[in-house]
Order: sequence, then C-alpha cells, then structure tokens
Amino acid sequence: MKVFDRLLCACRRRSPWIFHMNSGSCNGCDIELIAALTPRYDAEQLGVLLQGSPRHADILCVTGPVTQTAVNAIHTVYDQVCDPKAVVAIGSCPASTNVFIDSRVLVGPLEKHLPVDVFVPGCPPRPDAIVRGIAAAASLLAERRGLPAPLAEVRQASETTEEERS
Amino acid sequence: MNLLTSLARILFFPGLLFAVPAAWFVLWLERKSVALMQQRIGPPFGQPFFDFIKLLGKSAPPRSGIDGALMRAWPLIAVSASAGAVGLLPVLPFRSGFQGDLVLLLALMEIPAVCLIVAGFNSRSLFGEIGSAREAALLVSYNLVFLLAAISIAIKQGSFRLDAIASAPPSFGRYIGLLGILLCLPAKLHVNPFSLPNAEQEIYAGPMTEYAGVELALWQLSHGLEWIASVGLIATLAVPPSTHAWTSIVGSLLLGLALVLVLSFVAAATARLAIDTTVRFYGQCAVVLAVIVISSSLIMRLWS
Repeated sequence: MKVFDRLLCACRRRSPWIFHMNSGSCNGCDIELIAALTPRYDAEQLGVLLQGSPRHADILCVTGPVTQTAVNAIHTVYDQVCDPKAVVAIGSCPASTNVFIDSRVLVGPLEKHLPVDVFVPGCPPRPDAIVRGIAAAASLLAERRGLPAPLAEVRQASETTEEERS
Repeated sequence: MNLLTSLARILFFPGLLFAVPAAWFVLWLERKSVALMQQRIGPPFGQPFFDFIKLLGKSAPPRSGIDGALMRAWPLIAVSASAGAVGLLPVLPFRSGFQGDLVLLLALMEIPAVCLIVAGFNSRSLFGEIGSAREAALLVSYNLVFLLAAISIAIKQGSFRLDAIASAPPSFGRYIGLLGILLCLPAKLHVNPFSLPNAEQEIYAGPMTEYAGVELALWQLSHGLEWIASVGLIATLAVPPSTHAWTSIVGSLLLGLALVLVLSFVAAATARLAIDTTVRFYGQCAVVLAVIVISSSLIMRLWS
C-alpha cells in the first residue's frame, strides 16, 4: 500500500485540475487566469486542466473580494470539491479586499470563509505567478495525503513581487 | 482451447492488458498533438495515467438525492462494453470457434454512448440533461451514416463475420465504407467540431457534471477505450491481410496512430458546431456518401 500511496502523491502533484470561481471580481484576475492556460504560458505542461464541474477539480481558484451574494455559492462550490483539495486565492482582492475594503456589500476577505492554501498577490497577478501558485498548491496536495487543510495553516507560496511586474 | 483463446483475447491482446495502456497513450497523443498544433508544449508523457490514479484516490462528496447504485453502474457498464469491443477487434486471425461478429462489435461500441445519455438524465443535473439531449441528437444523426457504412462493408463481403471480412483483401468499396465510418468518428469521440455533449464553456461538464472520483476515472478510461475500438476498427479493416500476422498488426497500429493524428488535427483546426449544423451535416451531406456506398455494394452483390 505504501507504494500506491507514493504513486498517488506523485500523481496528485502532476495532475492539478482547477475550478475557477469568481466571487465578485472586476474580471482582471479572471482574464489573467485564462491567459495562464493559453499557448503563451501553457499551464497544461504541468498537467493543469480547467474543469467545468467543481466535483472534478482538485484546486479551487477564487478571484474577487467575496461579496454578500457570492459567499453562499463559495461554500457550496467548496463543499463539492473532492478531498484532498486546496484553495488558491488569486489577486489582492481575496487576500485583503484591496480597494473595495470599506464597501458594505463585502464579507471578505476569503480567509474568513475558506482555508486558503496559497495566495497569489497582484492586481492582477501575472499569469506566470498564477501558474506558480497552482503548482505550489499541487505540491501541497501531494504532501497532505487526504487530510483537509486546517484553517490556521496558511502559506504564502507565490513569491512573485510587484518589482518583477514593473 | 477456444475458451482459453477467447479469454486471452479479452484479457491480454487486443483486450484489457494492451487496451488500457493504449487508451492512456491515445488520450495523451491526442492532447499532445493538439498542444503542438497550438504551439504549446502540452501535457507530459503519461498524463492520462496520472489523472486516472489521482482520481482513484479522491473521496467524492455525497450527491444530494441521487446517491443511487445506477449512477455508479453506468461508467462500469461503459468500460466493460468498450473493453469488450476492443477485445473483438480482428487484429489476430480467429483460428476456430467464435469468429467475431460485426453486429456485436457495433452494438458494444454503441453502449458507452447510450450509458452516457442515461447517466446524464440520471444525475438530475440541468447541465447533465442538456448534455445528454445533445448526445442523443448526435447519436441519432451520425449513426445513420455509421451503420450504413458498416453494413455496406459487410454486404461487400457477404458476411457479418469479422474473421471473413478481415481476412479478405480490402477493395475500393470497403475503403469508401471506411471513409464513411471515419466521418462519424469525431462525433462518436466527442472531439471538435462535434464536441457538443461535453462543451465545457457552455454546459460545464455535460452528462459528467455530477460524477467524481473513481466513477469519473472510469468514464475517462471508457472514453480512451472507445478511441481504441473505433480507430482500431478502421485500422484493422483497412490493412490488407498478410501471411505473417505481425506485419498486419504493425500496419494496423501505425494506421491507428495516423488516424489519431488526423482526428486531432481536425479537432485543433475547427471550432464547435451548433447542434442543428451537426445534424444537417450528417443528415444531408454525409448520408449521401453512405447511401451511395450501400447502394453500390447492393447492386454489385446482386450483379455477381
């Protein structure tokens, strides 16, 4: 069984399927996430596939500052993703609600609602930073061996900084 | 002895032991060649295998209200039927006993599509139902051409026995019939321009929206086996029989790979067609070819 477990972990790292969830984003990060899958950045060489159904996915990619109308949908979608699963918060909005911080329609940041594993900072982040964030989440999945992420354990994996952008 | 050779066919070659790795290889080849045509690097070698193993290790959350045994049975039936179809392919000559049957092969090749339709309706998902309705419309439209072309091959040979068809040298009429079958393969395998039932951007995952974990892995496997069965049917019937079994096996394998590349090229070069255009293509254009093929083979049969 040990051999199969090791094979399983290797396969989890090599086959991260993502589901894209917009929680009230301005569409900037959504465009960059799609750009990460296009021929220029080609996330498929890491085995990344964008899935239509959250039940098929391993990694939930959330964009946006979490609005009141989106929060229930986020919980439903998160519950439908099969264990082991990881959450990648794409952009500054899910991390800190960004420029929308004082809005009364927001219930963010995302960390109040879901255990976020990887933050990809930027407004919007570059596609290569997103690919790196997804790869970091995939290695977390391989380490986790089926256990759900504890809420407190939040890791900052993407180290692509704003200087790199400029 | 007959039982043993039949079992060996289903379990080893061209059955499960050969077909499952071959299915993963074909799925990888399709994704990789589409990626190369789009100037991408594409998935690493063995990606469908990694996906399969990963899906085996997932624990699916319960579905609300539809936790039925039937939902679990459909992918299993689909995999068994397509594995049976691959096992029936006339790659090796049938020496004695059961000599293969084209009708049985065609029926086994239809079962995964029917399972997909029922599974979509069974899942009670809106997207599953739309996907299943599309798959049903597609099935009806391409099957007219597919069955007419297959029957024309049998009429030409005067037999439905696969052994008799495969051991006869292919004629011009058979190649036209195989061309008719090839026209139906993009629809049968859900690749562009006929990828309607699993159109991600429109209806999420279509009939498979509610599936997860092991069941989804089985659907993927069944899809790969369908590739092997349908491409293998054309490849084995198109390669002329030879005195050495291995020459025809190698010829069939090479032709099969070439067909996968052709289908991937068509998939990469085209966009998805709407359902009415698809039905019109098969019902008005491709059916003309099929009618010409079957009527010519009937006339030649009556003539001789």
